[in-house]
Amino acid sequence: MLSILGYNVGPMLAQGVLGLINGAFYALLSLGLAVIFGLLNIINFAHGALYMIGAFVAWVLLNYLGIGYWPSLILVPILVGCFGMLIERVLISKLYKLDHLYGLLLTFGLALIMEGLMRNYFGSSGMPFAVPESLRGATRLGFMIMPTYRVWVVAASFVVCIGTWLVIEKTSIGATLRAATENPALVQAFGVNVPRLVTMTYGGGVALAAFAGVMAAPMYSVNPSMGSNVIIVVFAVVVIGGMGSILGSILTGFGLGLVEGFTKYLYPQGSGVVIFVLMVIVLLLRPAGLFGKAA
Amino acid sequence: MQIDRRTLLATATLAGIPLGARAQAPSLKIGVLTDLSGPYKDLAGPVAVSCVTQALEDFGVSGKGMKVDVISADHQNKPDVGAGIARQWFDRDGVDLIVEVANSGVALAVAGVAKEKNKVYINSGAATSDLTGEMCNANTIHWAYDTYMLAKSTGGALARAGGDSWFFITADYAFGKALQRDTTGFVEANKGRVVGSVAYPFPGTTDFSSLLLQAQASGAKVVGLCNAGTDTINSIKQAKEFGLTQTIAGLLLFISDVHSLGLDVAQGIAVTDSFYWDANARTRAFSERLKPKAPNVRATMVQAGVYSSVLHYLKVAAQAGVPTMKGSGIDVVDRMKAMPTDDDCFGPGSIRIDGRKIHPSYLWSIKKPSESKGPWDYYKLVATTPADEAFRPLSAGHCSLVKS
Repeated sequence: MLSILGYNVGPMLAQGVLGLINGAFYALLSLGLAVIFGLLNIINFAHGALYMIGAFVAWVLLNYLGIGYWPSLILVPILVGCFGMLIERVLISKLYKLDHLYGLLLTFGLALIMEGLMRNYFGSSGMPFAVPESLRGATRLGFMIMPTYRVWVVAASFVVCIGTWLVIEKTSIGATLRAATENPALVQAFGVNVPRLVTMTYGGGVALAAFAGVMAAPMYSVNPSMGSNVIIVVFAVVVIGGMGSILGSILTGFGLGLVEGFTKYLYPQGSGVVIFVLMVIVLLLRPAGLFGKAA
Repeated sequence: MQIDRRTLLATATLAGIPLGARAQAPSLKIGVLTDLSGPYKDLAGPVAVSCVTQALEDFGVSGKGMKVDVISADHQNKPDVGAGIARQWFDRDGVDLIVEVANSGVALAVAGVAKEKNKVYINSGAATSDLTGEMCNANTIHWAYDTYMLAKSTGGALARAGGDSWFFITADYAFGKALQRDTTGFVEANKGRVVGSVAYPFPGTTDFSSLLLQAQASGAKVVGLCNAGTDTINSIKQAKEFGLTQTIAGLLLFISDVHSLGLDVAQGIAVTDSFYWDANARTRAFSERLKPKAPNVRATMVQAGVYSSVLHYLKVAAQAGVPTMKGSGIDVVDRMKAMPTDDDCFGPGSIRIDGRKIHPSYLWSIKKPSESKGPWDYYKLVATTPADEAFRPLSAGHCSLVKS
């Protein structure tokens, strides 16, 4: 077998592909965070919990109402997105005039409450969620076995990420949104309802998290702590990519997934810290992040 | 508000009444220190508390002129929190016995407190065999299972059945490493060999696919999972997804994990459990009695262990009397060791000098969906390790209580 620096290429390639799959989740989640931070200036610590809620809502729909994976993929982001808008209207909107820290504390508290409630109702070991019939099976690629479902995850999240980026960068809604980020008072003077725009944006960011939650449900067990496991890494992704940078968070998400994948092969014990080591290096060399504009 | 002398006296009198009343009835207090909110909530947690109440009912404490109070607390899987609660319970709240304590780290910390305060501590939830090994003490009993029992039963059985090459996926902390060490011993003793292993960061790992691919590439016949709870669930789920054809050994898998996985994914896996609700008429009778308190679930060996240990404690209490039980913890534990155990969950057994509760261990195979008659009908018996062989020999444990 071909080898580079004493490591076999086959397994390396396999780890890279797996890293890309994890990167898909990082990208989806950090994208939502970046959108929310960009417009609301809120560090949304509840993002992981909302991702977990997305997975649980999909599970509830399947087990109590018989609604399968495919409808859930549309339905769950809408439901959880509405829930997000409710949170924004009732709670977060009261904090815009205050320091970032208050938003962080509020959303962190919300995350703890959501996680605690789910643990209380559903227990801690998680719920089984089967891979949809049409995506079962796996393909032999020569260097690894690739489950069909994971191919779908990468493809779907890539499309959603690019779609979101296009909406924000290339449409008039996106232009208004970006303008409101720069100068809300001025945009309001042009007759745009900025508070409503803000609510919709938060709902949109939350919907992305819920979408990721539905995608994750068949891969991991639907578990109350699935959000808190991933949220810290996602924050690191956002920090490395540059706070509020849309394209930055997408590229960094996939990129860091790759890095983590390779680390799991070369030095598995280090896979938990490699992203944070990178974060420290990036913060030292480029404090605004790889794609962020210097303040 | 000004407080006059009369109000002050009245308050003092009122406050004095319950103190006097408390002094009259001789009562024992059991503290259930468990995980009420974290990863081990389902395998111990609230159902473990119900198991204590069940033991009190089955024993009929009220009919024997005793009064037993039960309190519970969440140790949050933090050794400092657990030790703090234990200290407060012993010092201030009059707790005489602490039970359960899942999580090896917390378990060892509480053992230290029980020794310091000379009280009684019966662990059912933790895995580490160090509780009755180098870290043993005269106040501690380890009830349901330990890493040695798991390694011997699952590891030994699979190695004898032709699983002569192993690859370990191990949670990178004390428990995972201990389990790998103990299992390696049995694999090698049965002429098997370990072809590789990989340790992953704990906690916080949810994606095991990279590790599983390495296991797949190693060509080992058996993939040993030295982890617990959600980690094991995710590993097994993803092993299925990536089409691992090797035998998966879930070295610590509780029935609550199997329930969470579903038989579709879990079928065929070998597990070791010292208790299964449907093992025999006695275990079924126990499960039937527990049902009203814990509907929709079946007890794990941890929860059954809590029941069984409290029942044994009460038998000793009935014989020795409440004042003795409130005295020296070492004395109480010695009395518990002197009396043979017998209950519906584990059958007849005994407690060894090093604090190890002795009973048989069972190797189960998880049923196919077609074999299962309904929820919780999950296990079929493969092999039984008799009580005198199930646990580490006294001489090999290096416990200071064992005179050589």
